[in-house]
Amino acid sequence: MAQAAIELIGINKSFGAVRANRDINLEIARGTIHGIVGENGAGKSTLMSILYGFYQADSGEIRVGGQPASIKSPNDAIALGIGMVHQHFMLVDNFTVLENVILGAESDALLKKSIAKARSELERLEREYGLEVDPDAIIEELPVGLQQRVEILKALYRGAEILILDEPTGVLTPAEADHLFRILRQLKEQGKTIVLITHKLREIMAITDTVSVMRQGTMVATRQTTKTTVGELAELMVGRRVLLRVEKGEAEAGGVKLAVKNLTVRDSRGVTMVDDVSFDVRAGEIVGIAGVAGNGQSEMLEAISGIRRAVSGSVMLDGKPIDLTGAADPGELRDRGLAHVPEDRHHVGLVLAFEENENSILGYHDDPRYVRGPFLDIDAIRDDARDKIAKYDIRPADCRLKTANFSGGNQQKIVLAREMEQDPGVLIVGQPTRGVDVGAIEFIHKRLIAMRDQGKAVLVVSVELDEIRSLSDRILVMFAGRIVGERGPEASEGELGLLMAGVEQREAAE
Amino acid sequence: MDLFNAIIQVLDSTIRLSVPLLLACLAGLYSERAGIFDIGLEGKMLVGAFAGAASASVFHSAYIGLGMAILISVAFALIHGFASITHRGNQIVSGVAINFIAAGSTIMLGQAWFQQGGRTPALASDERFGAIIWPGADAVRGVPILGPIYSELISGHSVLVYVAFLAVPFTWWVLFRTRFGLRMRAVGENPAAVDTAGISVAWLRYRALICTGVLTGIAGAYLSMVQNGGFVKDMTAGKGYIALAALIFAKWKPVNAMFACLLFGFLDALSIRLQGTPLPLIGKVPVQLMQALPYILTVILLAGFIGKAIPPRAGGVPYVKER
Repeated sequence: MAQAAIELIGINKSFGAVRANRDINLEIARGTIHGIVGENGAGKSTLMSILYGFYQADSGEIRVGGQPASIKSPNDAIALGIGMVHQHFMLVDNFTVLENVILGAESDALLKKSIAKARSELERLEREYGLEVDPDAIIEELPVGLQQRVEILKALYRGAEILILDEPTGVLTPAEADHLFRILRQLKEQGKTIVLITHKLREIMAITDTVSVMRQGTMVATRQTTKTTVGELAELMVGRRVLLRVEKGEAEAGGVKLAVKNLTVRDSRGVTMVDDVSFDVRAGEIVGIAGVAGNGQSEMLEAISGIRRAVSGSVMLDGKPIDLTGAADPGELRDRGLAHVPEDRHHVGLVLAFEENENSILGYHDDPRYVRGPFLDIDAIRDDARDKIAKYDIRPADCRLKTANFSGGNQQKIVLAREMEQDPGVLIVGQPTRGVDVGAIEFIHKRLIAMRDQGKAVLVVSVELDEIRSLSDRILVMFAGRIVGERGPEASEGELGLLMAGVEQREAAE
Repeated sequence: MDLFNAIIQVLDSTIRLSVPLLLACLAGLYSERAGIFDIGLEGKMLVGAFAGAASASVFHSAYIGLGMAILISVAFALIHGFASITHRGNQIVSGVAINFIAAGSTIMLGQAWFQQGGRTPALASDERFGAIIWPGADAVRGVPILGPIYSELISGHSVLVYVAFLAVPFTWWVLFRTRFGLRMRAVGENPAAVDTAGISVAWLRYRALICTGVLTGIAGAYLSMVQNGGFVKDMTAGKGYIALAALIFAKWKPVNAMFACLLFGFLDALSIRLQGTPLPLIGKVPVQLMQALPYILTVILLAGFIGKAIPPRAGGVPYVKER
């Protein structure tokens, strides 16, 4: 039996009334990749922050390499050989890679020597682990995947033997994620211990040796990855059986509600992001747009919902055109029955500093239901918000709580509740379940299908292929700004994957 | 030759007038680079000026005066730190409060201690920082062009003038060549990165504020013990704010800061020089307009000529560990 790299014994941590971690026991074997899964808010990140010295446990013991350890600050953790790659990178954006790597671990009071030492050390690490990155590049000019590599280098430069990664693939493209996994396997071969926090079960199955499941602050199970299944893990995470594929009947498509014709959109640099795209969405069907992030889906969504200027083409809503000059009045579009759940809920969908009930009417605040004379009808708004909270199971069930204090999944439910409850004719949803946990995904999918069954036209854009396949009645695949294929929901993952990679298109051109 | 002499004189007073701006501007650079907005430069200069002049006249020593100016100014910087770092208060409010406290307390204490309407007693020459005459300055005075440049512009300033200009390369060196500078810049951009790297955000920011206090203290001492022979109420007259404008103009870079302050000093010198002098074509310009000129140009320069000035990203935001 390999010696444990880390043992956590009876860890407790509360934030006010919230018990984030209760009596956690966990043993992580040296030289393995250990996954920790759980829904948002299950306490995974808190537990790892305790291990990294960012928080102190209220009670409990940590042992590193068999020795009891007192970790009071990240400094102590670093000294014990623990490194962490945070979900939101802890990098100084306008510093170079080298400057970021040495920050806090400078070998000398003058930078010249520290940098020279770091440069040769970095070269060694790059050779050893295949972590190529230009040491003189400025962080903000690097793609996200490389920024993450810098975070890993930072930890290794500090001599980390145990590497904690918090939701590392959330920001990565599938190709970048694959590369990351190759790096992690290589690190494992070199004897490093890796702790991977995620809520993506597919990743757990693909890369970990052992997996622990957390639910509501407790550690509910630890399994050998080879001896468990996605279904079992999902069940453990939410405490009940989860439908990973939502049941749905045949679509009964009616008339065309939304017609996009020859739409072309350029981004701020003048690069064509959407290139002559045409499609229809009919009443009573869900049309899914699949594609690797960055192939024009975001720009297309923004153009259709009137936020971004289109260069040419037309979008008809119920047979009448939508203003595509980028100056469309969103209020008018809402009145015409177009509801939009934006991809980026933090910046576009919500005002995080507002209370929940204020966000639940945002954009509909002129509706006669919510106003009394020139004033907002606060009681009506709060009653309405409470209804939505009950109906969409938004937690915590407190409409006076600041929106920033809800978890990602619940924030998404707030936006969805707001848009769906207005009974729109056409619903456009960008990344319906980004950063949302398994239980909430199922719920959101069911609501979207219920919308369809009520005869609404639903357009879903998602980078999660599973989601597209499970929801859509028709799947359109976008690649390099064009729709390169249309398939039914029965299309195989492999077939769609090839389309998303633009393979078929290239073959056709040859 | 008259024109040449006039130019030399204007440039000479440019240097003298830009020194307090430069010191205050570099002071602001330390704190803002570390992510602490400091609108209280004005107040710290003022208490420095008062403490300097008051203790110089009591102890009959310019150096004790300078030391006290720095000490008191640092103390005020630490108050700003206590409010905005330790207690995560609003940095603008704290800075404004410091300015008010400075303006009120200097007059009150001055009146209580010296009974001269808030002034401090006029300083004797050994209680002030005198001019340092460089070797050979008198000998070369007669040499055309180079002579006056050497003897008027380079030689003949007080030690604090040289300190101010030497602080420019020194600050650049600290900022871009030392570990402290790297960490200070990092904490102004992304304190969370500094925190997770195992460095104390608060201690780093406090040290930056101490640097700020030292420099505003010297700036204050310069005002009351070099430019003037004693403290006069409100003698900073908005220089702290102009220094902040210069800091933005300089995009938070030390060498740029020097040129920005020289420019503001030059405008000031020019407006003094041109007062009462009829200009060709325009004729006599009202004194008030000439006095307003530097400020008008400040607005124009800041509005139109600097392009995009990106402040340190974490500036003004108290650091709170995220849950």
